[in-house]
Amino acid sequence: MNVPFEKVLEKKESYFKYLRLDKLPTIWCPGCGIGQALKATCMALYDLGIDNDQVAMVSGIGCSSRTPGYFDGFTLHTTHGRALAFATGLKLFKPELTTIVFTGDGDCFAIGGNHFIHAARRNIDVTVVMINNWIYGMTHGQVSPTTPLGSQTTTTPGGNYEPNFDVAELAKAAGATYVARGTAYHVTELKKLIQDGIKHKGFSFIEVLSPCTIIYGRKNRMTFEEMYMWLKENTIPVKAWEKLPEEKRAGKLPRGVLYHDDSRPEYTEVYWNRVKQLSGGEK
Amino acid sequence: MAVKGIVEVREDWCKGCNICASVCPTKVLELDKVRAVMTVAHPEKCIGCKQCEMICPDFCIYVFTPEEYKEIASA
Repeated sequence: MNVPFEKVLEKKESYFKYLRLDKLPTIWCPGCGIGQALKATCMALYDLGIDNDQVAMVSGIGCSSRTPGYFDGFTLHTTHGRALAFATGLKLFKPELTTIVFTGDGDCFAIGGNHFIHAARRNIDVTVVMINNWIYGMTHGQVSPTTPLGSQTTTTPGGNYEPNFDVAELAKAAGATYVARGTAYHVTELKKLIQDGIKHKGFSFIEVLSPCTIIYGRKNRMTFEEMYMWLKENTIPVKAWEKLPEEKRAGKLPRGVLYHDDSRPEYTEVYWNRVKQLSGGEK
Repeated sequence: MAVKGIVEVREDWCKGCNICASVCPTKVLELDKVRAVMTVAHPEKCIGCKQCEMICPDFCIYVFTPEEYKEIASA
């Protein structure tokens, strides 16, 4: 660089205040999409004007769950799959904190599937940023609940034969009141989705399609650029998707806000009202 | 043609994934395959669209307008 980095920070003020700069560069493989998800989250927080000490970031185990290590705020790195269980407890006791859960497809839907559906059912005000990279990246490429049919992984050498989850539909069915899908390619759009998710009072679920370049990409013979171009070409904005005839939808995914419902009560409020009502006093 | 944007790469954070180069519409950036870092090969072609800055997963690309850059460099 030809200019001092401190000067760049001054000029680019913005989302850098949410990053622990001394911990960078990140641990993730080259080309991994988790960096964009972290960036989008930081930009969303900056745009909403939320201070570092008003945010709590919770994560479980996995590649995506390394994210709180680079986040300058309250962070909680918990056991495998239990991020949402910890986040529920945290949010109930500290309702004023903006709680963001960073989790991966294996963490959220395999070992933590039960916690996920129950957190969604309760409609607790937590924003879940679920990084979907179609594989268990950290343990070097086992099949995960979202691996597409026919994909190569270490545990399915002849191609995956297990049908995969449509996680957005699952979240919707379990009772989440804000369901969105973004990609690591469309960062500005992802920022908007996360921003709406944080603003939404209730359980917000944002699926981020993020290429696992080194593990999934190598196994399935895709280069970094091809994986990003796949995201660009095979995801369609939700408005265009609705107009699309049924036969053209095969192999493509809608992106944007897939479901939004403001009518259901939020769990923390219901809980504390109940406590007040029964104890007859203040919190 | 007047320069519309100035690209800076922080080399100690760059992992050389080449994604910034693949989204650049005018091919400003080029991968240094020996050191595995991005280099600004054609700075004069930059149109200042900031696509590379947005998509960089490692927070290491910064795009400035010429005015911004002058301010930083002179301070």
